[in-house]
Amino acid sequence: MNATWSRFNITSIVLGFAFLYLPIVLLIVFSFNESKLVTVWGGFSTKWYVSLFHNQGLMDAAWVTARVGVISATVATVLGTLAALTLTRYTRFRGRVLFSGMVFAPLVMPEVITGLSLLLLFVAVGLDRGFLTVTLAHITLTMCFVAVVVQSRLVSFDRSLEEAAMDLGATPVKTFFQITLPVIMPAIVSGWMLAFTLSLDDLVIASFTSGPGATTLPMKIYSQVRLGVTPEINAACTILIAVVAVGVIIASLANKRREVQRQLDEQAAQRG
Amino acid sequence: MKSLGSIRRDFAPWNDPNAKPYIQFDNVTKKFGDFTAVNNLSLTIFEREFFALLGASGCGKSTLLRMLAGFEEPTAGRILLDGQDLRGIPPYRRPVNMMFQSYALFPHMTVENNIAFGLKQDGMPKPEIAARVAEMLKLVKLEQFAKRKPHQLSGGQRQRVALARSVAKRPKVLLLDEPLGALDKKLREETQFELMDLQQKLGLTFVVVTHDQEEAMTMADRIAILDKGEVMQVATPPEVYEAPASRFVAHFVGNVNMFEGKVAERTAKTTRISGATGAQIVVENAGDAAAGADIVFAIRPEKIKISSKKPADAINALEGEVYDIAYLGDMTVYHVRLDDGQMVRASTMNAARVTEDPLSWNDRAWVSFRSDAGVVLTR
Repeated sequence: MNATWSRFNITSIVLGFAFLYLPIVLLIVFSFNESKLVTVWGGFSTKWYVSLFHNQGLMDAAWVTARVGVISATVATVLGTLAALTLTRYTRFRGRVLFSGMVFAPLVMPEVITGLSLLLLFVAVGLDRGFLTVTLAHITLTMCFVAVVVQSRLVSFDRSLEEAAMDLGATPVKTFFQITLPVIMPAIVSGWMLAFTLSLDDLVIASFTSGPGATTLPMKIYSQVRLGVTPEINAACTILIAVVAVGVIIASLANKRREVQRQLDEQAAQRG
Repeated sequence: MKSLGSIRRDFAPWNDPNAKPYIQFDNVTKKFGDFTAVNNLSLTIFEREFFALLGASGCGKSTLLRMLAGFEEPTAGRILLDGQDLRGIPPYRRPVNMMFQSYALFPHMTVENNIAFGLKQDGMPKPEIAARVAEMLKLVKLEQFAKRKPHQLSGGQRQRVALARSVAKRPKVLLLDEPLGALDKKLREETQFELMDLQQKLGLTFVVVTHDQEEAMTMADRIAILDKGEVMQVATPPEVYEAPASRFVAHFVGNVNMFEGKVAERTAKTTRISGATGAQIVVENAGDAAAGADIVFAIRPEKIKISSKKPADAINALEGEVYDIAYLGDMTVYHVRLDDGQMVRASTMNAARVTEDPLSWNDRAWVSFRSDAGVVLTR
């Protein structure tokens, strides 16, 4: 491609990136601010990071978020994978279209509605709001995302692999664990990571379904910001950004390496 | 009728009335919804036979194979293997193994783990598995590729891994679904002979599904030709070619000239056929076609001689004009339009580098053939 750096191109790139990243850059910069005033630069310091780790409220919230994320992502991955398997494998059952529509509807359901309806349900069945209810709510929220990711992999799955395994003497259960599961594992892992991320940054549903003692990090941050932004919050957010960024970079690097290795292997195989 | 040749002369259990059938399809029908894939089909395959199911796509040949493997159950009828009814036995308990058209190699396992997979399912002790895997790798000449993953292999190597995996358990029967379909022509021809060697060496019963008639002719002891879920003919390759049972078979296998006509006159030895377009043909082997019956006389192109003058001693000689010539190197194919309008295809081996009696486009030409060169088809 013959790209020339016209003034128009440069302007649009600068504007675009500024739009996307200026708020985040500001947040990161001010997390290293010496001053207690968030919008006034008072010199470089890492003291807010130190004080962050002494802020018991934030640390508790982070711990709750991590536990809710891991548990809900894991359960949602199991349920979502089962749903994806059913939807791709048993294509002939009655009401399949309705069922698959119902599985995927939460993708576009406004979170406020999901949160409210879950709240009503928990109240109706007399479930005390707390850790359990947030986790259940996040399972509901993320399951359909896992199902979508796993289903897209299963559609291209060669069924003759399973037939070959059974033909060679593996029972259906062994076939599933030795062949199907390892082959679709990358999709399941991506599904889990997606579910974990969604749970990590959910504020709306958590606000509806959480109770005393189960405040998640986004809830905590939001409530503190309402009392005024402290540089501590900036530090907490910077750490969150760093965690997510490192995760994404590692995942994409690993993916890229696998892809390149695969291409090299295939070229080598073609040459004999 | 003179006997038709066979490649493995000593092996012909199908001619032995006392031979015990190994695989039996008994009036098997398979329906998928309204579609009948296999229609009331009966077939017998013998032990150590190399049996080919030949047909166009959708003829039911793959369904037959999948029913043997246990992936489909017959809607009606039964399938016996070595006297045992296979109904209700799941694929993982059947003593048959299959080589898949897509090879279906497990992408997350190395070559040796692919081959060992079936042995591990049987709970074979580890040292024995290692020995068997090594033996299989040697058999398919892939010793140095044991640690590779399937995507690191070429198409031909993958095919051989699939083969090694499917014979590793020493199944009673090996099912091969279009085993050479994904290979290029040269490799395919080599592999055909390798498969035949392997079958002899291991002494297994092979059932191969193919749509490639040359492949079936090359490898199989007997061929079943299928159409619309029914068996058209089961016979050795020479029989299928030289004595097709019907117009369909004659057309499906190889090239053929067909003369529509009626039986005009029958004597003790010969039968005279009056062609619909006027040609008079004298044949020896008219079967049981009665005088006046509508029949088709079928004759292969290489059994027709083409010459510029009428051969003096020919019983059957028809005159026409050279319409088209295709020079193929080893042989030349002539298309001759007879004076009655019928097109005839005649092929001549180019045994000599220079032809004595060269024919060109639009030349007058005579096609002639012996009275036993063709067959009379009533179906």
